[in-house]
Amino acid sequence: MKRLLTAVGMLALCAGNAMADAELQKMMDDPNQWVIQTGDYKNQRYSKLDQITKDNVKDLQVAWTFSTGVLRGHEGSPLVIGDVMYVHTPFPNIVYALDLKNDGKILWKYEPKQDPNVIPVMCCDTVNRGLAFADGKIFLHQADTKLVALDAKTGAEVWSVVNGDPSKGETNTATVMPVKDKVIVGISGGEFGVRGSVTAYNIKDGSKAWRAYSMGPDEDILVDPEKTTHLGKPVGKDSGTNTWEGDQWKIGGGTTWGWYSYDAEENLIYYGTGNPSTWNPAQRPGDNRWSMTIMARDADTGVAKWFYQMTPHDEWDYDGINEMILTEQEIDGKTRKLLTHFDRNGFGYTLDRVSGELLVAEKYDPAVNWATEVVMDPNSDQYGRPQVVAEYSTEQNGEDVNSTGICPAALGSKDQQPASYSPETELFYVPTNHVCMDYEPFRVSYTAGQPYVGATLAMYPAPDSHGGMGNFIAWDGKKGEIKWSIPEQFSVWSGALATAGGVVFYGTLEGYLKAVDANTGDELYRFKTPSGIIGNVMTYTSDGKQYVAILSGVGGWAGIGLAAGLTNPNDGLGAVGGYAALSDYTALGGQLTVFKLPN
Amino acid sequence: MRNSVLLLAMGMLLATGQPGLADDAELIKNTKADHEENGRWYTSDDIPTYKIAEDGTVDWPTFSGFRRYNAECFQCHGPDGAGGSYAPALATSVMNIDYYKFYETVVNGKQEVNAAQNLVMPALGENKNVMCYLDDIYSYLRARGTGDLGRGRPAKKEKKSEAFTENENACMGE
Repeated sequence: MKRLLTAVGMLALCAGNAMADAELQKMMDDPNQWVIQTGDYKNQRYSKLDQITKDNVKDLQVAWTFSTGVLRGHEGSPLVIGDVMYVHTPFPNIVYALDLKNDGKILWKYEPKQDPNVIPVMCCDTVNRGLAFADGKIFLHQADTKLVALDAKTGAEVWSVVNGDPSKGETNTATVMPVKDKVIVGISGGEFGVRGSVTAYNIKDGSKAWRAYSMGPDEDILVDPEKTTHLGKPVGKDSGTNTWEGDQWKIGGGTTWGWYSYDAEENLIYYGTGNPSTWNPAQRPGDNRWSMTIMARDADTGVAKWFYQMTPHDEWDYDGINEMILTEQEIDGKTRKLLTHFDRNGFGYTLDRVSGELLVAEKYDPAVNWATEVVMDPNSDQYGRPQVVAEYSTEQNGEDVNSTGICPAALGSKDQQPASYSPETELFYVPTNHVCMDYEPFRVSYTAGQPYVGATLAMYPAPDSHGGMGNFIAWDGKKGEIKWSIPEQFSVWSGALATAGGVVFYGTLEGYLKAVDANTGDELYRFKTPSGIIGNVMTYTSDGKQYVAILSGVGGWAGIGLAAGLTNPNDGLGAVGGYAALSDYTALGGQLTVFKLPN
Repeated sequence: MRNSVLLLAMGMLLATGQPGLADDAELIKNTKADHEENGRWYTSDDIPTYKIAEDGTVDWPTFSGFRRYNAECFQCHGPDGAGGSYAPALATSVMNIDYYKFYETVVNGKQEVNAAQNLVMPALGENKNVMCYLDDIYSYLRARGTGDLGRGRPAKKEKKSEAFTENENACMGE
């Protein structure tokens, strides 16, 4: 009941943004609502709700369902603000406001008009990772990069602003993050030679506050050459151009389509930048800074406090955009403010999020083979750098040479599908891919608005393993160790949810919602939803009862192997087609399924 | 060009004495390598095609088509031309439409946007990474469509010919 009052108060309060900010934090702290895609600013995706426990989750049943009316990859999750649930769809990016007090009746619907030409410019399906809420407004960041602020009560457009140009390959798939009086916005298009950036717009009217590019001159990338650090040392002048040859940085990639986190005390936002473009490393000599980089920026000004480049001079398309999960944990008897990140490159990193000091970098899938280790000795000239294995270096093997058996594949040991963290178990629950690849780079020419890839690759399940393409693992971020691992037939492409009930939820590409024991990984419950799951599990209460909700709708990168499955060209003809096709298990869909315990 | 090929096809049908409608079907089915020109094989109808030797060695342009398909097309059309959740299986499509329709669709794109679906093929006519290799991609997909070429990367390939390299450099602008 208190929650309802808070929500109503929130909607009425549009005056003071500082106040709105405090309100938003308060709403995030209230486990009855789900007010931000990432669960909270820390991206923990942890809920204090404990009605559904590891003892009773086996009795879970479907409470209600809702068809979104769109058949495409459904990423992200609904939001619940007070008694209203906000559901989004992939392109054309419809928004529904559902009345939870009235059997999910549609309170309002918003459908933007977008040029369908944006569809093929979006790499890997027309997904959208969901809405955001602040200051009585619902924020929709459309495929065509238009950011729209809608009145949460009525669905009426309050303002809109265009962040990019789809005719140049600039699109959007991500959600946005409201922070104080601003909303933080990223961009997609690394496969089109887009130069990545993060932009802050003022929540009040949509005017631009600042923009920070991933590469380019110092004034573009918002650094202080003396104060911004990389592994404890100042980045120096021209750090965004001096590891590039010529003007290649202008089409340098480093896009910013992942999740964002925020530490209010430090006033820092955290995110990762994507791959340098093109995929042919021979066409862009140098470290290609600051692609593949974890960034900590001041929320008010955008100026960077520290960077850490994980994969200098990428040769495998290991985008660094995955979420940064913020925790407070004890290391050597001292409580530290940490940031843990599961990179596409297969390393799980733990850093001190205040200073940017690198504490842990270990493989979170034993199959990872492109690098032996990340050097942890601050006195080494290789400090912080992965030690690349020559056999798997597409740069060293050269153009027109097929490098085989590289693990992980380009889609990473984990893609954007967010992990969760339970402060009770101090474990991270990570949806992963268990896929390797052959990669052959070759010459490619740049045309604005056209794909700029320059490599051919073949992907297949990790050899000499369980034969499946995924694992769902529990990870100890302090030690850098896998606690337990559940083999999955397909990549796990669904965001996880951990709860105070000792349960961890995730979805599978076949369409199962699964619940497992947070301590042991033992499966406690599964239900097959109408389509494959690439959405994120969320939870909330209505009338004092806990619900769990998940979007179904297969697609995205994960949908690539849908029709035929993946094959390992190195297995010889006998095994070709031996790997299961996802189409034997599921078909396109678009549905929300909401679960509860029996009355 | 299209008409002359059609006439040729009809002539062929008449000559072999087959009754019934003379449509594109026979022409589309014909993948037999007839003659070579500048390192590329063509059918008797002068349509680009593949040639796979008995030991599985594929001609260079078809191998090049495999590479370019996997860089430019597979994100939407799936591995091995088999289709994805996003776009149709091209290995099937190229056996149902003729070369000219294929060419036209790649150059100009295609849209089927309605209540049931949002299928949009971009216009790739100005994309050198596609257009300089379109006949390669076509041959590769045709080889996949007939099943003469299996899934995955072709194990053996012929060397890139000088003529191919020259044409490639001229087209890519180097």
